[in-house]
Amino acid sequence: MSAMTVAAGGFANAQAAEAPCLSVSHLSLKFGKGCPACEGEHAKLERNVCPVCGTVHAVRDVSLEVYPGEIIGIVGESGSGKSSLMKCIYFDQQATSGDVRALPYDGGAENILTCSPQQKRFIRNSVFGMVYQNPYLGLRMDFSSLSNIAEQMIAAGDRNVGHMCERGYYLLDKVNIPARRAKDAPALFSGGMQQRVQIAKALSNNPPILLLDEVTTGLDLSVQASVLDLILRIRRDFNVSMLVVSHDLGVIRMLADRTFVMLDGQVIEHGLTDQILEDPQHAYTQQLVYSLL
Amino acid sequence: MPKMSTPLLSIKDLSKSFVMHNVNRRVMGCQHISFDVMPGEFVGITGRSGSGKSTILRCIWRTNLPESGSILYDSAAFGVVDLCTAPERQMLYLRANEMGYVSQFLNVLPRQTAYDIVLKSALETYGVERMEEAREHTERMLRHFDIAENLWELFPRTFSGGEKLRLNIAAAMIKRPRFLLLDEPTASLDNASKVKVRELIEQLKGEGTTMLGIFHDLEFMEGLCDREFNMQSGVIV
Repeated sequence: MSAMTVAAGGFANAQAAEAPCLSVSHLSLKFGKGCPACEGEHAKLERNVCPVCGTVHAVRDVSLEVYPGEIIGIVGESGSGKSSLMKCIYFDQQATSGDVRALPYDGGAENILTCSPQQKRFIRNSVFGMVYQNPYLGLRMDFSSLSNIAEQMIAAGDRNVGHMCERGYYLLDKVNIPARRAKDAPALFSGGMQQRVQIAKALSNNPPILLLDEVTTGLDLSVQASVLDLILRIRRDFNVSMLVVSHDLGVIRMLADRTFVMLDGQVIEHGLTDQILEDPQHAYTQQLVYSLL
Repeated sequence: MPKMSTPLLSIKDLSKSFVMHNVNRRVMGCQHISFDVMPGEFVGITGRSGSGKSTILRCIWRTNLPESGSILYDSAAFGVVDLCTAPERQMLYLRANEMGYVSQFLNVLPRQTAYDIVLKSALETYGVERMEEAREHTERMLRHFDIAENLWELFPRTFSGGEKLRLNIAAAMIKRPRFLLLDEPTASLDNASKVKVRELIEQLKGEGTTMLGIFHDLEFMEGLCDREFNMQSGVIV
């Protein structure tokens, strides 16, 4: 009985050398020049602002890995840097420093933050699918829903109208938008429908990585349930990896395998989602979780 | 009966306390817990509420982060791993493929049918490619656990406590875990339902599943457990 020894290396046989689909290391984003007082390990900041030079450190040295088919949740109060992190990964915002690698792009050989703008556009269209909290950022409100999907596909190089229509109807059906409304502009839709069109658009090129920023915030409960179900089905059917930002802990509980907690631009704690919600270690996470209704 | 040589689970000097930063308190969960569970065994833990029973189970499942000590689990895929320090990804793998956890609460996405809940769980191990097989197995499982066919297409929100529990067990069991954790599976059930659960446990035991369960009522445990421990204020007595 005493002969039990802990196997070294853990993953040796079962998940043999599984590589992360998306790996972010030491990502930082700051607004301002920075100064000796707020750089380096012993930086003294007031929350995330440097008291000396006024530089805002929106994202500070964040590292995380998303494995194939895994859903990672990011929680934190507003202003904690969740969305900035997503924007940096999706190139909406130029990260100050850091290294991001995506397995589907070049096998993760290159730091995509330093790619040429042309390559970045390719990555945005083919590797990532982004769903913004605000549908106005992700959709062309005056184009039809079908054209919105076609636009994304054209950007990725598709030129076959028949194929694009077929794919468009298929995706809109997947997100429960009736076919008779496919040619209506999202401007005429309810918020929940716009959000679902945005999801369909994000899925149009079968991206292996989905970035979801507060997808269900502001949706009514019934639409929220169907959007969550849709997200889980997409993961199951296409083994898509996802980064989900939300301040709704219920959503995170339902979706995420692992969860990262952010405060003032830093990751203060991460773990299995139920562990973060049931046994949070950090004072801020405890306050957050105990505030849950 | 001679014991088998290696335990499936070996807990050594496990302690867990909860630090509440906001009120500046430290609450003891369990202290210096040590015991083994042999393959095929059913070990029961009893004790009053607040005695730290659930804390042990949650430490094994990593819902609680163990503080000190070790939980050595003899995994089919990895060999012996310490669940206190196993990487998160490894825990996820073990949860999906080797271990099961049944609590008295059913925690699922709203507006899913009973059938879908069990099917989803099945697909986690079968994979979508084997949909037909997963469907067959789901139906067999629902029948096996006595969930009436007219309930299959309903949302479990409307189910009785016993029905929810059986659905919960069905979803956990369809993955055929080799090690099952039972967190008061009989709480708030009437006697008839308890007998059902008891039968299920006996059956699982007959099929060779190793189980660790915690229970309130001693009568229920009688004759069912191979061994049992009693806990009081965080320690085994």
